[in-house]
Amino acid sequence: MTYLDHAATTPMLPSALAAMTEQLARVGNASSLHASGREARRVAEQSREGLAAALGARPSEVLFTAGGTEGDNLAVKGLYWARRTADQGRRRIVASPAEHHAVLDSVEWLEKHDGAEVTWLHVEPSGAITAAALADALGDGRDVAVASVMWANNEIGAVSDLAALAAVAHEVGVPLHTDAVQAIGQLPVDFAASGVDALTMTGHKLGGPMGAGALLLRRDAECTPLLHGGGQERDVRSGTLDVAAIVGLAAATRAAVDDRVERAARVSALRDRLVAGVVARVPDAQLNGPPLDDVVAGGPGRLPGNAHLSFPGAEGDALLMLLDARGIECSTGSACSAGVARPSHVLLAAGADPARARSSLRFTLGHTSTDADVDALLEVIGPVVERARRAGSR
Amino acid sequence: MRLIAAMSGGVDSAVAAALAVEAGHDVTGVHLALSPDRQTLRSGARGCCSVEDAHDARRVADSLGIPFYVWDLADRFREDVVEDFVAEYSAGRTPNPCLRCNEKIKFAAVLDRARALGFDAVVTGHHARLADGELRRSVDAAKDQSYVLGVLRAEQLAGAVFPLGSMTKERVRELAAERGYAVATKPDSHDICFISDGDTRGFLARRLGEQPGPVVDAATGATVGTHEGAYGFTIGQRRGLGVVTGDQRPRYVLGIEPVSRTVTIGTAEQGEVHEVRTGAPTWTGAVPELPFGAAVQLRAHGTPVTCEVSAAEDGGLRIALGSRQRGVAPGQSAVLYEPDAERGDRVLGQAAILRAG
Repeated sequence: MTYLDHAATTPMLPSALAAMTEQLARVGNASSLHASGREARRVAEQSREGLAAALGARPSEVLFTAGGTEGDNLAVKGLYWARRTADQGRRRIVASPAEHHAVLDSVEWLEKHDGAEVTWLHVEPSGAITAAALADALGDGRDVAVASVMWANNEIGAVSDLAALAAVAHEVGVPLHTDAVQAIGQLPVDFAASGVDALTMTGHKLGGPMGAGALLLRRDAECTPLLHGGGQERDVRSGTLDVAAIVGLAAATRAAVDDRVERAARVSALRDRLVAGVVARVPDAQLNGPPLDDVVAGGPGRLPGNAHLSFPGAEGDALLMLLDARGIECSTGSACSAGVARPSHVLLAAGADPARARSSLRFTLGHTSTDADVDALLEVIGPVVERARRAGSR
Repeated sequence: MRLIAAMSGGVDSAVAAALAVEAGHDVTGVHLALSPDRQTLRSGARGCCSVEDAHDARRVADSLGIPFYVWDLADRFREDVVEDFVAEYSAGRTPNPCLRCNEKIKFAAVLDRARALGFDAVVTGHHARLADGELRRSVDAAKDQSYVLGVLRAEQLAGAVFPLGSMTKERVRELAAERGYAVATKPDSHDICFISDGDTRGFLARRLGEQPGPVVDAATGATVGTHEGAYGFTIGQRRGLGVVTGDQRPRYVLGIEPVSRTVTIGTAEQGEVHEVRTGAPTWTGAVPELPFGAAVQLRAHGTPVTCEVSAAEDGGLRIALGSRQRGVAPGQSAVLYEPDAERGDRVLGQAAILRAG
């Protein structure tokens, strides 16, 4: 099997798996007052400190969640509610239309059910959001409850300069949330240095377990909870701490961040070879998203493991099916809950025409990727595209 | 063979896929997203389809260990089936959308795509027998679907596999239960799939708007009532005519004239016909030499009638019926069979009914 879908999920790191497995055998609720509870709490807090240190946050800024979708929902809705409660005039949300659906659908839900007005940001052809676009959308910011811009795009890998965006937002007093699910462990991410008010991350994209993530939330950011109950996590996210998952999350995050530079160099070299090899075999294939060597704020302008290509005349879902039958696993971007492949909303937001969006595939490499994976794809991509084109021309 | 199993999420297609896998074929499951009804079946920002049916199909595919994908054919389905359905009613005819779907979608769009992608054929859960290119009725007379497959040509049948034709529906459910499929007890679908509430007249009214016209008694020529749209009627229909006649005898729709929107009604006897004229026929195999004797079925679930088939001047068929028939509706297919009690009646071909008299 050739796994080229690390942006969907990536295998757990051995160190995270070992740390988590050890905890699964233990008893103890981190909220209990007895010895077992204290031990669970010690382990959870140690993980919180480790995770915070890896991401440039203070431990008190780490709120454990059940993953990226929860983090995005909590930040967007919670910041909106809190800011609107403080001032009923703040009903506007400014967001990128290229966001993950966890942000998009939260924003649209608030628009439909809770009186929010939405301003969608202009997206560069690369998929990035510029500070000028954000400043333009915010205006004087007085009616804005919250802004949300992802750190790196999950489909086409575009990186935005969050420090510049946060500066623009703060100039007009608006808190900025960023979905950094794809960025952690791939790009240099320092919460404090970036200035953002809230940051969503999740474990399973960087070698941790599924169902464990964190929202980094500045101590001065007011956020109304989604979940009420025992008052855990600064009273913003109630629920018994999943200590084993938290241990796995923290171990994976530390390892992914520690090894980032070396791994990013290796993975981006593989990715560059993949793109060059595909284009050599399918000369009219088009790379979507930023150039491979793009630079944003002194770092990579594109996620190191991301290759996103359009194959004119072929349908993405036919390509995926033909590759799947040959043991190569990749993605067409998004599918609806019934499983229908949709033209990528990200490409459409970046100005691509629907035909190009529909003919695209995403290949994403990660910590277990090898030259053999790239070779396996290059061996079949030519005939696969040819066959998909025959099916697509009907 | 490399097969695409069209999996609707129902019990028939689940068992058909399973039998194909167990027979040693290389099977890939495909659920067809066809619903153009965004109001009832699509929701959310991405526009989704019948989620539950897709899930049921996926469950079966996963337990069979076969690949599974959803193919979005909603645009083709809307153009070739739904718009045709509306246009036919609008023209005073009574279409059969299942037949059209088999002709244009399952054994055209899907089969073409499957072939282009390197597959040999499409396997479906239709109740009909198909062997050596000969299409025959299912052993389960009540569930037989050969009528809606009668429109398929030899080249399409060459790319079709129907594993269920030699078993009853009851047996299909048993096989599903033996394999642990939750869909074993899923109810049969009856209604037109794209009219989720079952209200065909309401669906057409939304599409075509009110088109009031007269209801005329065939015997007297007198206008005996009015209607909201001739598209709400089918030849042979008795209920919902909205007229009361003096003699208390039941009245049936005898004719629909779309331009003047006239719906003609009369007694059962007045609606009897002994000859059917059709459009150009399609054949499941070699073109038979005309004239010939056969059995003809004039509607889905209709009883076959002996007949004599001959060529008409306009390229259509003239079908002389062996006994007088009622409720023969233009737009329906006249499907011709060669009776065969032992191996199942064999489908010869079909032609759309233009008129009857």
